[in-house]
Amino acid sequence: MRKTDASVGIWDTIWGFFASVRLTIILLLSLAATSIIGTFIPQNKQPMEYLQAFGEFGYRLLSALDFFDMYRSWWFRLLIILLVLNIIICSIERLASIGKILFVKKPQFRPGRFQKVKTRWTFDDERSPEKLHDLYAPVLKRKFGYTQTKTTDEGTYLFAEKWRWTRIGVYIVHFSIVVLLLGSLVGSIFGFEGFVNIPENETVDTIFLRQTGQSLKLPFAIRCDDFDVSFYANGAPKEFRSSLTVLENGQMALQKDIVVNDPLRYRGINVFQSSYGKMAPEDRHRHVEPPEEVELKVTEKATGRSLTRKVAIGTQFDLPGGSGQVKIAGFQEALTFGGQNLGPGLLVEISSPQGQAEQVLLPLHFPNFDKMRGGAFLFTILGQKTRDFKPEEEAERYYTGLQVTKDPGVPVVYTGFVSMIVGFIITFFMSHQTVCVILTAKGGQTHVAVTGIADRNKLGMERKTEQLSVRLQSL
Amino acid sequence: MSSSHILSIVTFVYGLAAFLYLFECVFKKPSAGRMATVVAILGLVGNTAGIILRWVESYRMGIGHAPLSNLYESLVFFAWCIVLLHLFVEWKYKNRIIGLIGSFLAVGALAYASLKPSQIQPLIPALKSNWLIAHVFTCFIGYASFAIAFGISLLYLLRRFGGPAILERLPSDRLMDELTHQLVMFGFLFLSAGIITGAVWANSAWGRYWGWDPKETWSLVTWFVYATLLHARFMRGWHGNRIAILSIVGFLAVLFTYFGVNYLPGLHSYGAMGQ
Repeated sequence: MRKTDASVGIWDTIWGFFASVRLTIILLLSLAATSIIGTFIPQNKQPMEYLQAFGEFGYRLLSALDFFDMYRSWWFRLLIILLVLNIIICSIERLASIGKILFVKKPQFRPGRFQKVKTRWTFDDERSPEKLHDLYAPVLKRKFGYTQTKTTDEGTYLFAEKWRWTRIGVYIVHFSIVVLLLGSLVGSIFGFEGFVNIPENETVDTIFLRQTGQSLKLPFAIRCDDFDVSFYANGAPKEFRSSLTVLENGQMALQKDIVVNDPLRYRGINVFQSSYGKMAPEDRHRHVEPPEEVELKVTEKATGRSLTRKVAIGTQFDLPGGSGQVKIAGFQEALTFGGQNLGPGLLVEISSPQGQAEQVLLPLHFPNFDKMRGGAFLFTILGQKTRDFKPEEEAERYYTGLQVTKDPGVPVVYTGFVSMIVGFIITFFMSHQTVCVILTAKGGQTHVAVTGIADRNKLGMERKTEQLSVRLQSL
Repeated sequence: MSSSHILSIVTFVYGLAAFLYLFECVFKKPSAGRMATVVAILGLVGNTAGIILRWVESYRMGIGHAPLSNLYESLVFFAWCIVLLHLFVEWKYKNRIIGLIGSFLAVGALAYASLKPSQIQPLIPALKSNWLIAHVFTCFIGYASFAIAFGISLLYLLRRFGGPAILERLPSDRLMDELTHQLVMFGFLFLSAGIITGAVWANSAWGRYWGWDPKETWSLVTWFVYATLLHARFMRGWHGNRIAILSIVGFLAVLFTYFGVNYLPGLHSYGAMGQ
């Protein structure tokens, strides 16, 4: 290694850090341990659900650690980048020496290496070393493909080897991991994952992205001509089928029925059957009726005093301790909060004796929603009495829920998959095998010793060498 | 006779094989060992017949599909993979220790299966794919391989840390260590193939090859653990106790991937797809 000045020293240190297998082991175990977190904490849910599950402190802490979207967090990505650097630098470090072993015109065999092998099989034969050599060479040639003879004072060495190239196998595996991570990078930059619900007989050309909720205009429009769901006799769903038409500039471009596991693909964009539903009543111009009565609990945070009472739209009452007045000001079919539809809810107005007013949203489906507001008074919904509801008889109308994705990285990822499997087969089940048959003349007899070396699976190689010695002895 | 009858009989056949393997190991009776192998082969034949019959039965019911669609069916297939693999390794290494472990594990899998509902259910839309067989097959060959490696590692550690004297009858440390390593490599190849077929399937069914779903994530955790084992062994020369411990940890991850994931919160259940 060159060590001319301090800066080279630093680079050497960094290089050495990334070239170590100890780092690999630490990274693999860290990835294993941290990946588990996201399987116990459901990912990418609404803040409200986390608040209810972990409380305010827990929520803030886990949120700061990115545990609610951990697979995209900076620290998880850092672990993966470190692993990639580790893989690349380890490979560069070792490829240089592997290259020398791989690309040789005439392999060099050193008898000394085979002298050191602990397990060797020996037998004596009455024929001369030369005769045995001529007898054994074709057998080894057939079994291994390459043979070489070396004669020294100590005796005749007959070498044979095969599968030298399999030393590259492990690099194919590591290369494949880099390739598939690159493929996923391509996908995350140039691709998207979205969804859209299309009512029967309607056409859409805009979808919503899963991650951000933003809308995205497609280069074509999709019309849902029909949606069908069929069931087995036991009530389990059998098939979801959407008949879709792709329209480009108003012209019909493609027509296809899609089912789960059989998507529509058009211009690099894939459309998958993912869910379905009946059209909600409000979409058929029917209103969600306000509840007849809601049981509300109001707690003063400072003192813990609370009061519980039943309210309806228009009810007014005093806050505990006479610190203001509450009015159930109204009802909304769909409250929105942070861009999210929270469903039906009450609008509550709090007015202090000084005349200041504050508006509070109480979504009926989330009884503890008000915890998030952090006000002096906490409103909790204890119960509600809904009005009897008689649905109008009307023909059922479905919508189809489609997953719409584009991922130009997929071919790259698949290339990674294929090379990984090929690499594993080479690495795990093949090895660079070399055998050495030593023939020494000893008192009118020939002493034969058979040894073998492999770069992997040493025990398997021992068995192979044993079989070879049995075969040679029988000749 | 229905397939579930056959499969309950197979449980006892494997049980007999396990007993004979144990008998051979304890009393050093090679004849018992040979008999054990024959019984295990008979069990495998019965197991195969049970799976095929179940397949046929599902077609008779008009809901034909490969019997790989619920926990009961997967456990039956798991037992099949374990015994197939144990007979293969036993034949290759000429050592019956594998049989002892394999037949006990197979009995365990089938006994657990017998506690699960065994009715043939129609296939839910999400599972209607040609990838089902490739995916389940590769995963379970991998699981079976890890299961046997786990058994060997457990016996290895027991003997190392003063287990009963009978354990001295087991093969040498070196062979057990080597078998663990070979089985882990074999399992790792199939686990990788299982994850890959799963990813390809997910991409063709849902438009994404990876979604950090708990099942996917846990299979990756398992992959990381065994990758650690292989690197520690290949590159840092670990062997013996430490490899045995990693092999046990790896199999615990396998068990969690297989069973534990079902108990996690917010699970994206395959059965609920499309509803």
